[in-house]
Amino acid sequence: MNKILTKPEALKDNPHLYCPGCGHGIIHRLVAEVIDELGVREKTIAVAPVGCAVFAYDYFNFDVTEAPHGRPPAVATGIKRVLPDRIVFSYQGDGDLAAIGTAETIHAANRGENITIIFVNNATYGMTGGQMAPTTLIGQKTATTPFGRDPKRDGYPMKVCELLSSLEGVSYLERVAVYNPANIIKAKKAIKKAFQKQIDGKGFSLVEVLSQCPVDWGMTPKDSIKWVEETFVKTFPLGVFKDK
Amino acid sequence: MKKVLMKGNIALCEGAIAAGCMAYFGYPITPQNEVPAHMSKRMVELGRVFLQSESELAAINMVLGSAVTGTRAMTSSSSPGISLKQEGISYLAGCELPCVIANIQRGGPGLGNIAGSQGDYFQSTKGGGHGDYRMIVLAPYSVQEMYNFAYASFDLAEKYRNPVLILSDGIIGQMMEPVEIAEVKEKKTSYPKDWTLQGCKGREPRFIRSLLMDEGALEKHNLKLKKKFDEITKNEVRYETYEVEDAEIIIVAFGISARVAKTAMKKARKEGIKAGLIRPVTLWPFPSEIVAKYAKTCKNFLVVEMNLGQMVEDVQLAVCGKSDVEFLGRPGGSAVNEKEVFDKIKTIKGV
Repeated sequence: MNKILTKPEALKDNPHLYCPGCGHGIIHRLVAEVIDELGVREKTIAVAPVGCAVFAYDYFNFDVTEAPHGRPPAVATGIKRVLPDRIVFSYQGDGDLAAIGTAETIHAANRGENITIIFVNNATYGMTGGQMAPTTLIGQKTATTPFGRDPKRDGYPMKVCELLSSLEGVSYLERVAVYNPANIIKAKKAIKKAFQKQIDGKGFSLVEVLSQCPVDWGMTPKDSIKWVEETFVKTFPLGVFKDK
Repeated sequence: MKKVLMKGNIALCEGAIAAGCMAYFGYPITPQNEVPAHMSKRMVELGRVFLQSESELAAINMVLGSAVTGTRAMTSSSSPGISLKQEGISYLAGCELPCVIANIQRGGPGLGNIAGSQGDYFQSTKGGGHGDYRMIVLAPYSVQEMYNFAYASFDLAEKYRNPVLILSDGIIGQMMEPVEIAEVKEKKTSYPKDWTLQGCKGREPRFIRSLLMDEGALEKHNLKLKKKFDEITKNEVRYETYEVEDAEIIIVAFGISARVAKTAMKKARKEGIKAGLIRPVTLWPFPSEIVAKYAKTCKNFLVVEMNLGQMVEDVQLAVCGKSDVEFLGRPGGSAVNEKEVFDKIKTIKGV
């Protein structure tokens, strides 16, 4: 019998403990497949965030270090500067990257740090129980916006790709989603391109992945997919924001 | 042996460079600005890593990133900047990562002033960041020691896989003195590197973390750290004593205060008062035993610091009620002077 699909070598056998319908499992797999295809597993060092993906070292089958909340781009910088021939990426959620880690993100991007960031945007703080994130949509109800996000009180959703696109040091920015197979395929292409930019020494690359968080959104997995497709993408349009 | 006139902050850099520091990350703050400025030239000339970070938070986390690869990395700052680095320092300690941090103290709390101070003793020796951890704290009292301690600190950090803090101050950082540069070859560490992350070629993947969620796992880790801290306490206590054998009053002072105290002590000797000095070189582990030893023979202790009385608590613990402990200190970036110390000695001795 021919095997047509196997587990990527870059993923461990451990079962993912993510909630049913969550996008992290898919995104982990895409990253792992890309790392396998590029043949860089043995020279990859990943930086795990604080947030839902904090246990990345239980899932990825390569070297992974922890970083304090929001600081993965600085930690990745420290690794890459001393080992420039290794593949270094951070995997971060919206709270980690766009709230507490805004400065680290913007400055790593502006320095043109030759690293890759996988930025998982699910419009909420997943691990801590669904509080407002910088990316929470206007009107969206969360644990800390029980009446819906009101821009007068809570400000506006932060668009990271648009924000970073003006920075000289950035080589590649794309926003993708993982709510259906067509988009999953596009997401994988984007992730692969981002890693390729790093391999080619082109500088900072970031892929923003719109992801489902059915539990914290209070939806079924099916409804959460629909919400990404019909609502989430209206505020966060998919596409390439920079490619140089 | 080469002798060079050097500023304290520059001596710190050169000691670190001689020790094989391969990466420096820092952010400007007075009175330590000579450190990033000097490193920006020297490290680049040597083909090593220098990066001016966007903040102290970023700098310490860049150190963390380099440290996970087993690279000798350091950062420096001054008091308010060190407060910001505490988050990263706690993580470095939790992840058992070696690195060197230099604090060229200024007045505090808050933004304080840019004069030399010793106000960060508590922060340095009692934790600073969150959780149960310790840092080896070295307190230089001369420009020569800025060089020597920077040189020694990387070995210490790697030996115990723990951050080492060089606790200096604005006065030592800014003063100039001749420094003897030993003709040392660049250090190649002999400590095991079986924990570092460099990519998993030819071995199983590794991970570095301080998040331990399984029941009892963190307690186990904390107890392992405790064992290490006990080992450090056993092996690494450093101090100097001056004329303590027959002393009827012993001053305890560290860093720049010890310089002042030493002069006052000598003056007291000339005037017939048998004064001595204990100078803790490691503030953690604190040289409690030597203080306790002389508490049996000497009735009066005088602690001199440039703060409101922080190390005095450690001296009191060591003395354990066996002698009287007095305190003389000036906070807010003011320095104790020789006359103040001498007058205090006379008051205590009733002469």
